[in-house]
Amino acid sequence: MDATFFLNVTSGGLLTGLVYGLMALGLSVIFGVMRVVNFAHGDMMVLAMYTAFLLFTKLGIEPVPALPLVAGILFVFGYLLQRFLINRFLGVSEHIQFLLLLSIAIIITNVMMMVFGPDARSIQLDASFESYSIGPLVLDKVRVIAAVAAGGVALLLGAFFRYTTTGTAIRACADNPVGARVVGLDVENLYAVTFGIGAACVGAAGCLLVLLVDVHPNLSSDYTLLGFIIVILGGLGSLGGALLGGILVGLSEALSGALIEPSLKSMFSFGLLILVLLLRPHGILGKKP
Amino acid sequence: MSDNITIPPVSKGISRRQFTAAAATGALVSTAGLPMIRSARAAPPLKLGVLLPRSGHLALIGQACQRGAEVGLPMLRDMGYAVELMNADTESNPDTGRTQAEKLIREGAQMLMGCFDSATTLAVAGVAEQKGIPFVVNIGSEPKITEQGFKYVFRNFPSAGTLGKQGLMLYKDIFATSGVTPKTAVLLHINDSFGMGMLGGINALMPKLDLPFTIVETIAYDPKARDLSIEVAKAKATKADFVMTVTRLNDAILLVREMVKQQMDTMGVTSPGSPGMYDKQFLKALGKYAEFCSVNIPWFDPKQEVGNHLSQIFDKAFPEESCDLNVGFTFEAVLIAADAHKRAGSGDPQALTEALRTTNITKRAMLGGAITFDAKGQNVNLPSAVVQNLGGKPTVVLPAESAEAKLVFPMPAFKGRT
Repeated sequence: MDATFFLNVTSGGLLTGLVYGLMALGLSVIFGVMRVVNFAHGDMMVLAMYTAFLLFTKLGIEPVPALPLVAGILFVFGYLLQRFLINRFLGVSEHIQFLLLLSIAIIITNVMMMVFGPDARSIQLDASFESYSIGPLVLDKVRVIAAVAAGGVALLLGAFFRYTTTGTAIRACADNPVGARVVGLDVENLYAVTFGIGAACVGAAGCLLVLLVDVHPNLSSDYTLLGFIIVILGGLGSLGGALLGGILVGLSEALSGALIEPSLKSMFSFGLLILVLLLRPHGILGKKP
Repeated sequence: MSDNITIPPVSKGISRRQFTAAAATGALVSTAGLPMIRSARAAPPLKLGVLLPRSGHLALIGQACQRGAEVGLPMLRDMGYAVELMNADTESNPDTGRTQAEKLIREGAQMLMGCFDSATTLAVAGVAEQKGIPFVVNIGSEPKITEQGFKYVFRNFPSAGTLGKQGLMLYKDIFATSGVTPKTAVLLHINDSFGMGMLGGINALMPKLDLPFTIVETIAYDPKARDLSIEVAKAKATKADFVMTVTRLNDAILLVREMVKQQMDTMGVTSPGSPGMYDKQFLKALGKYAEFCSVNIPWFDPKQEVGNHLSQIFDKAFPEESCDLNVGFTFEAVLIAADAHKRAGSGDPQALTEALRTTNITKRAMLGGAITFDAKGQNVNLPSAVVQNLGGKPTVVLPAESAEAKLVFPMPAFKGRT
């Protein structure tokens, strides 16, 4: 195996990692602000993938142009879910929250199973078979598009939290919810907006992942688990950490598959997780509690 | 409860004279109740217990088999057979298969048919032996099915060893026909029980069969993998002359798509005997890139009227589905059962078993000579064919006597295809 092989494998892993990072951003945003662990994360992403699939098959809108629409739909879904259901469970013990979100996950999966059936669905574009050649480097066109879009969404999200009034207010709620109430912020509404933003991130990631992966209802648990690995690696609640975690997982899968055995590549993500938990339990970019 | 489908013996329109005669006879029977007239009525249909994995992880193939069992019933009726299907779902679980087999026998099944997967087939074979009910195996390649000494089990499908050997031997024919002999291959295979079984068979047979190529690398992957880019990158790095695959459906699509993206052009993408690449979904998802991929498997005989007729009926009834070997072998299993019943002239299990032993069906759907069974209950006339995707459909290209089109090997590069 020569240098070209490793160059191609590494670039592929990096691009896939960026999309993984975008997927995990939503999970990190929700936990960072509300301390709610969203067990329905993967299910919401599969819901977004099916939404993108329907927009493509019924209206002919390709996933990348459909991204703002899918993110918007998921924002509304997330907002309503938080506003009318999850907000009622914020004060209760964590295991009750887990059960609630697990129930939501099971409901979403089963509704998708009833509507779409168990078969895998895919979106085939001309770009699905194309690649960019830069000397010996061959880059998958779809992965490049998805990674650029993921980077763009992450930048937008960072700018939103840093430069907008609503973003600042959300950060205030995350830092000190009591203080936020004292100064007159509508914390319940801001929590719902945050959950909506988290869901919109998942929606954007789903829209991009449907270009890379065939969607079926049982995919959700895989992605919930992957999301958790990434945010724990990067640091729960850290936006930069989520992106870094995604890139690390993408790279570890690619390199372990190339160097050792492709069928064992997922094992190395878990190995990396255990290593980080041992050496830096709060994650690479996470803050100590 | 099992759902039954009955196809009565053929009945055509009747004339006024026949109607008058029938009415008079009916009146006579109803008043006098003559037993000799009652015995002259058509024999009741065979009650055939159909055991298939219609749900669970094998549901996709189980449902394909079920379509094969049902779609050919009008054909069988026209051929003078009478059969009633008593359908049961094994749920892709051998224990459920065993329970369902016992239930079907309790409900009056005179013969059993199924079960696609070898584990369930063996479980049902045990029940059939215990109850003395004949059992026709549609698909199931585990050698033990006919090597264990069962007296009531009859299999019209090659054993795993035969399947692997025939699949590998066909590479010699491919190279001889094309005049091109590659020296190296890379093997990409799923790591489930089927994939590992095939790998074991290939590794054991390769040194014995004197094939002109060597496998330079073997790459295993999870059949549920979401992404096969690394696997294909590794395969490409071997610079092998051609690619051998052992796949199921979704991973076959992912593999070829990645080969196109990574510009991995080889002499061919071929399988020594696995599903996926002949499937309609594979052809639909990959379009022009599915062309020239080939599989060495038992297949429909394009020269047999029965197979062609079945394909036509199937395509009309299920335009979105593939009329593949699952459909063909399940249809043949029902045909074998119905034929034995017709010759036995009764639904008595012992008479049916004796009739199955003397099966000799020349008009069949799949490639091979007449359907007959040896002393172990195995049909040994089941050759494999090279089936290549040409013009958007799986096409028999070898053996030459059954070929519908000419083999294309080496295949054209992916880039530039129209």
